[in-house]
Amino acid sequence: MFEGLDGSGKSTQARLLVKWLQAKGYRVFFTEWNSSELVSNTIRRGKKRGLLTPTTFSLLHATDFADRFDRHILPPLRAGYIVVADRYVYTAFVRDAARGCDPAWVRNMYSFAPVPDRTFYFQVPVSTSLKRKVASRQKISYYEAGMDLGLSDDVHASYERFQSRLKREYDHLATTDGFIVIDADRPVETVLAQVRKGVRPLLSNFPKTATLTHA
Amino acid sequence: MHRTYGTPLPGMTKEHLRGRLIVVEGADGSGRTTEVELLRDWLEIQGHPVVDTGLRRSTLVGEQIDQAKQGHTLGWTTMALFYAADFADQLENKILPSLAAGSTVLADRYIYTLMARAVVRGASREWARELYGFALVPDLTIFLDARPDILLHRAIAKYGSLDYWESGMDLCLSRDRFESFFTYQGLLKTEFDWMGKEHRFRRVDANRTPELVHREVRALVAPLYGLSAKINAPA
Repeated sequence: MFEGLDGSGKSTQARLLVKWLQAKGYRVFFTEWNSSELVSNTIRRGKKRGLLTPTTFSLLHATDFADRFDRHILPPLRAGYIVVADRYVYTAFVRDAARGCDPAWVRNMYSFAPVPDRTFYFQVPVSTSLKRKVASRQKISYYEAGMDLGLSDDVHASYERFQSRLKREYDHLATTDGFIVIDADRPVETVLAQVRKGVRPLLSNFPKTATLTHA
Repeated sequence: MHRTYGTPLPGMTKEHLRGRLIVVEGADGSGRTTEVELLRDWLEIQGHPVVDTGLRRSTLVGEQIDQAKQGHTLGWTTMALFYAADFADQLENKILPSLAAGSTVLADRYIYTLMARAVVRGASREWARELYGFALVPDLTIFLDARPDILLHRAIAKYGSLDYWESGMDLCLSRDRFESFFTYQGLLKTEFDWMGKEHRFRRVDANRTPELVHREVRALVAPLYGLSAKINAPA
């Protein structure tokens, strides 16, 4: 699982890892946050009309995750695939905590999701995240900037303050949930080498062709 | 005085909620909707403003849930969370403001139905309880208890068929809808009985005529308002 702030390079790394594993002959399945149709329509609609509160925001993302989990994460896992996820439940843990939801309540909601074999946390300073975001000319969305929390009227200022909160939550989870912390403020190749090193021990007994496991 | 089961919602105001929250629970065909209407009329005649609420009525997700049910493709965890989002939206945008304004909120089904459905489909009771920890504890919960055979006849009389979801067909209990209906309603009943003890439901025998049921319901509600429960009590 790959976690970290926007612009931390985790998506790039996740894709590179998938390529590497495939090239080595493993069956790999890649999944991203926020992709199921029905629920994401609702979320999009709610966002557009400003209907979401921290609680409904949290519940809808959990709904979305549950749907994706049933469809795209559990079946490949059962079929013996290596599942690589760009963001997992921890994204929800940090976002919801930053919006004031009770962490224990959020954890309970996601308790159906298994604990990953490896979680990489791509740690970058908030300034790097913002710099990369601006450089890639991506528009910063209302919720990414945490504008719903009324931290600041200025998008950039709000983004910095909200992402700082997220970073604090991630840093905390890194210790409680045993993340492999990766200093992502370095060149892609250096980071990639560290990711591969973290994955290698898991592969020693892993069959190259998927085997079916019936529980 | 209203409290929540668990941790309150972020940003939930501590202001006094002057209104009362009355919940009516019961299966389809238990006479729930009729009862809610009768109760609403009676309370309003007595001068108490009533706001009603139910499942799947939120602006945010109400319609989407209907759509999701058409396709029958969502897993139970997904559905449970979707319903929770619908409930949270109504709690924040309808129930809490109405109670703060002093209205009575009359809920045609509440978290108990949602928890029972989730548990029957495989959720743990603890998970469901924690999920709905933010819900307000009602001032009164009335459980309209009707036997499955009565529910069955009412459903056939009203719709001419048994509803897919009310028969729990998604649980694959039986290919025979009649069988499935009985088994499913029995499973739900077990959950309701269990919750009834924990949450102090007031059970009303709903195998009887609406008039008789209403008389008993009114007797339960009247003390909350210091009212007389008599049918012809002066307004």
